[in-house]
Amino acid sequence: MSLRRLLAVSRKEVFQVLRDFRSLLIVLLMPLMLMTVLGYGINLDTRHIRVFAFDREGSPASQDLLKRFESSEYFDLVATVTDYRALAAALDDGRCQLAIVIPHDFSARLHDGRPVNVQALVDGSDANTAELAIGYAQGVLGAYGATVQADYLRKSNAPTVNPVLSVEVRTWFNEDLESKNFIVPGVAAIVMAVIGVLLTSLTIAREWERGTMEQLISTPVTALEIVIGKLLPYFALGMLDTAVCAAIAVWWFEVPFRGSLATLAVGSGIYLTAILGLGFWISVVTKNQLAASQIGLVATFLPSFLLSGFTFPIEQMPLGVQPFTYVIAARYYIVILKSVFLRGSGLGALAGPLIALVAYALIMVFLAKRSFHKSLA
Amino acid sequence: MTRSNGNSVEVENLVKRFGDFTAVDRISFQTRTGEVFGFLGPNGSGKSTTIRILCGLLRPTSGRAIVAGYDVVQSPELIRRNIGYMSQKFSLYADLTVFENLRFYAGMYGVPAAELRGRIDWALEMAGLRGRESNLTGTLAGGWKQRLALGCAVLHRPPIVFLDEPTSGVDPLSRRLFWELIQRMSGDGVTIFVTTHYMDEAEYCNRLALMNGGKLIALGTPTELKLGSIQGWLLLLECDRLGEAIERLRRFDGVRDVAVFGNALHLVVSDAAAAPAIRAALEADAISVTSLQPIRPSLEDAFVALTTGRGANCPSELPS
Ligand SMILES: Nc1ncnc2c1ncn2[C@@H]1O[C@H](COP(=O)(O)OP(=O)(O)OP(=O)(O)O)[C@@H](O)[C@H]1O
Ligand SMILES: [Mg+2]
Repeated sequence: MSLRRLLAVSRKEVFQVLRDFRSLLIVLLMPLMLMTVLGYGINLDTRHIRVFAFDREGSPASQDLLKRFESSEYFDLVATVTDYRALAAALDDGRCQLAIVIPHDFSARLHDGRPVNVQALVDGSDANTAELAIGYAQGVLGAYGATVQADYLRKSNAPTVNPVLSVEVRTWFNEDLESKNFIVPGVAAIVMAVIGVLLTSLTIAREWERGTMEQLISTPVTALEIVIGKLLPYFALGMLDTAVCAAIAVWWFEVPFRGSLATLAVGSGIYLTAILGLGFWISVVTKNQLAASQIGLVATFLPSFLLSGFTFPIEQMPLGVQPFTYVIAARYYIVILKSVFLRGSGLGALAGPLIALVAYALIMVFLAKRSFHKSLA
Repeated sequence: MTRSNGNSVEVENLVKRFGDFTAVDRISFQTRTGEVFGFLGPNGSGKSTTIRILCGLLRPTSGRAIVAGYDVVQSPELIRRNIGYMSQKFSLYADLTVFENLRFYAGMYGVPAAELRGRIDWALEMAGLRGRESNLTGTLAGGWKQRLALGCAVLHRPPIVFLDEPTSGVDPLSRRLFWELIQRMSGDGVTIFVTTHYMDEAEYCNRLALMNGGKLIALGTPTELKLGSIQGWLLLLECDRLGEAIERLRRFDGVRDVAVFGNALHLVVSDAAAAPAIRAALEADAISVTSLQPIRPSLEDAFVALTTGRGANCPSELPS
């Protein structure tokens, strides 16, 4: 490999990128757009949250409360169970997202005007839905409580106004539930996957389409020099985009950043290389810009969305699906991002996903290089 | 590895098939050091395919090709260091400037840093692009583009240069300039392998190979081809009532072929001595003959004769 040739390829690519002003603008605005669209889009309201109820009293009052859940458009009361274990099992395997436990002395306490604790158990692995579920549940209970209280006041003429109904929330799977803190890093990983793959998926295909590749491969330049030479400028652009995403996460969505910039940069650099490599591979194989960009999108957006653990926890996916999550680079990067942002983890703690991504990046560059033949047809 | 002459191209029974279609059909030839070797043939006759094989861009189906002493199948990378290639379609970067294209290809060919500036200056001078270094290549006129492409292809002083229709779509003056460059390089000992559709350009070649339907149907100097392609003599006939004249001549024993050429006729006859008898026969049919004389066949005559197989005894390899 000749460093001079490699750098000559890079320099040429830089000139071309800088001269293609419109594409450059798109590359810089895309993270802004996608981050806000997805960041807010995913926050949009969730309906039909599946609810299991464990009614320990079974009185008209408790039935009345459950009816309110039933009639709410946010909840589907799927089942009423008769013991705590069934409730836990339903939460565990995802049959319900929210479980309501009504205490055995529910109506007695209400009647006496004593405070009542209704327990709400929520599946926190999908932080976003969990937060919404709690919010809506509090709304339903609050409304019910207010009615009861008004009744009680009317009957007893008591002067005090104590809040009678309170919800005791217990979150399963993750404790410090703040949905945007989990969503935004996930969104950043998806956005970077899409942008990264689009950055490179066009470059090699374009040279085939324009005919410049025929001249290029008639020179002594090697496949690896072309791939790495082209990678460098797009890496710089991609890192710029990463910085934009991180800035939006911290300053716009106010996700706490507890880790170090260096760790973030290392993790992002490796992830970006993996994604750029994937784009190259697609570009080399298709030799066609339209096909390359479409395959690139299909290969990144939905898989990163659905299979990375972003929307559904990987442990809860069907066993047949789980193996596919290993080939989704975002799977590893989301772990890195969440840990760096929220826990302040250093490189050492992230060795696992980092090594996975290094391997991923090497395999992608290798595949791109191997599929690149210095020959026509 | 057969290390023969570093300037030569040797091809033996070369075949290239695309599926069932044979684009290059068992061709064999050799070039000589410093010659301008022309490749002629109608569209689709396999010229570009042959050149691409010789540049290591396509794998031959069978046969052997040695370029600059290296086998095209075994050591395409060594060949690439020793050749310059200009593809049929313009393939420099339109969105780079003249200078950036030159510097890029100097980098690709590994021109040493110490020589870089000098070689680029040389190429700018040669292409007549001095003062246009910072123009975007896409905005250049055809002739300049082609000369720039040639400049980029020879920055590393390759001993063999392959030019695939380097002057197609270029004005006559630019073509003339381009061929002066080719002649100069050939004078410096560079072997030039060039394809063209222009007969006047073919005349500039030291030797010509004529391709048709993937086959090499003739090979020789332009003069040899002109003479060898026509068995017998070529007569120019000027007369009136061309249609009737053609009818009459077709029936005349000893006239092998009749073709309209402008407002005259070209006759291929076995023996030039038949001229008086032809004149007499025409005049007997009341066709007045203005002139009837033997002429030298043009390369175009030869080309047509050879590719259509009319009146030709196609020597596939002329003695030289
Ligand atoms: N990659 C390919 N796959 C299939 N057929 C091909 C391929 N490349 C060339 N051909 C066919 O091979 C034949 C020879 O093509 P080639 O380009 O060598 O002709 P040419 O002599 O250069 O013609 P032209 O004067 O038009 O440039 C043509 O019929 C062409 O369609
Ligand atoms: Mg051609």
